[in-house]
Amino acid sequence: MDAHIQIRNLNVSYDTSQALKDVNLEIPKQQITVIMGPSGCGKTTLLKCLNRFLELNTSTHIAGQILIDGEDIYALGMDVTEIRKKTGLLAQRPHPLPMSIYDNVAYGLRIHEMAKKGREMDGKVKHYLEIAGLWDEVKDRLHAPATGLSIGQQQRLCLARGLAVEPEILLGDEPTSALDPISAQHIEMRLLELKQSYTIVLVTHILRQARRLADYVIFMYLGEVVEHGPARQLFDHPQQPRTRAYLEGQF
Amino acid sequence: MRKRSFKKRHIEEAIFKSMMIFSFFLVAGSLGIILVTVIVKGLPALNLAMLTQIPKGGYYLGKEGGILNAIIGSLYMAGGATLIALLLSLPIALYLRSYVSNSRRADIVRLSMDVLWGIPSIVYGAFGFTIMLALGLRASLLGGILVLMLLELPIMTRAIDEVLRMMPVELEQASFALGSTRLETAFYVVTRQMLPGIVTAILLAFGRGIGDAASVLFTAGYTDRIPTSLFRPAASLPLAVFFQLGTPFPEVQRRAYAAALVLTAIVLAVSLGSRWLASRLGRYEIK
Repeated sequence: MDAHIQIRNLNVSYDTSQALKDVNLEIPKQQITVIMGPSGCGKTTLLKCLNRFLELNTSTHIAGQILIDGEDIYALGMDVTEIRKKTGLLAQRPHPLPMSIYDNVAYGLRIHEMAKKGREMDGKVKHYLEIAGLWDEVKDRLHAPATGLSIGQQQRLCLARGLAVEPEILLGDEPTSALDPISAQHIEMRLLELKQSYTIVLVTHILRQARRLADYVIFMYLGEVVEHGPARQLFDHPQQPRTRAYLEGQF
Repeated sequence: MRKRSFKKRHIEEAIFKSMMIFSFFLVAGSLGIILVTVIVKGLPALNLAMLTQIPKGGYYLGKEGGILNAIIGSLYMAGGATLIALLLSLPIALYLRSYVSNSRRADIVRLSMDVLWGIPSIVYGAFGFTIMLALGLRASLLGGILVLMLLELPIMTRAIDEVLRMMPVELEQASFALGSTRLETAFYVVTRQMLPGIVTAILLAFGRGIGDAASVLFTAGYTDRIPTSLFRPAASLPLAVFFQLGTPFPEVQRRAYAAALVLTAIVLAVSLGSRWLASRLGRYEIK
């Protein structure tokens, strides 16, 4: 297995309670890795470690190593904006920026100076809206406010916006949980296409979604990784009783 | 038993509803009475000469002239003060929001601002005057601008700060997730989302600044001329009202009301204009 992200002895605690205990994982390149488990098991905490979002909350303590492409993202002197640029995030609910549809995608390109104003920018914006499967629906109203879109369209806009800064890794924190079934399916289809070129890490509590999308599965319970492995193996032959119980719907 | 409590709840509802309606009429009525008074007493005395001329000899005795000196002086002072206050208060508020948020340091800044907000404007005037005396400066347009700026700064900062606190955290995080720095997020995302609220804050400060008489009394002085230099004294509308109302001549007193009408009209125009602007700018705001 070609590991893109390596997590070593990761421990996270909020004020007094420990959220993650001795997490050791390798997340494979250009596959969809699904983190699942009952609520409060630490799956979102783990995800937020990967783009250093956890430290936005001042009362967290993080120890251990996370290596992306062999580089420790928690090492001193690492540029946090570079790490976040490298790891796109799809949140639970779409949060478009207070700008037009066009500017939502162009924003990242502008701050990282990745495209010149004018034709180059137009081309890139179109390109990423197409990848997100949104172009046909918005091409006639690119300069309208992003809030005019439906929630499902907004989530695809957020996908286009995240992809525009050319990340290597896509993090999804239950990205379909606020969407209607058709919009959710839309996002799932995009994710399956995108794994050709991106490493995708997805948090979900929907077991069926995990089965549909996962190549690799991490099962967590009470802050610990109980079991992890290739999807087929874990779903068909879980080794741990707790994994088996979860898959049978006992939580 | 059930029926009685049902009735009781309806009576409660009726009482509170009528209290709310009463408060509404109290507020709207006060505005109405002020406007009517100013218009009824001021409008007959208002004419083109008043808006386009400076006081001529004997103006304060009822002779010809106008209050253009005070109109221009007030616009210069309140405009300049608001601009400088904005340049200072926006960074302060963004700093409070983006860097220190709810820490002790932020609390101290907020407390200081609240105390400054509560200080009477005559104290600002006296304070400014003392400093100017120490520096050997005379009452001037610049002095007026700076003191009004001090007066407006806490109002604007706290108003912007409160607006920024309404900012959804997720929106900021969406920007961070794209690899933005805090500065980029503050300027391109937070400011844009909050622009309508910020415009309101600016307006609040401008209104306080242009209407204040006590702070400019010593620091800007009063003159019948239109200010041509930052270092010359400048007239202002509130003082124009004050001086004219203080004369024993009824026709000059009516002109005081006309000046008050002009002042009210300026505030109203700026208010409506900025509201229109805010609604245009707020087009992209995330609700």
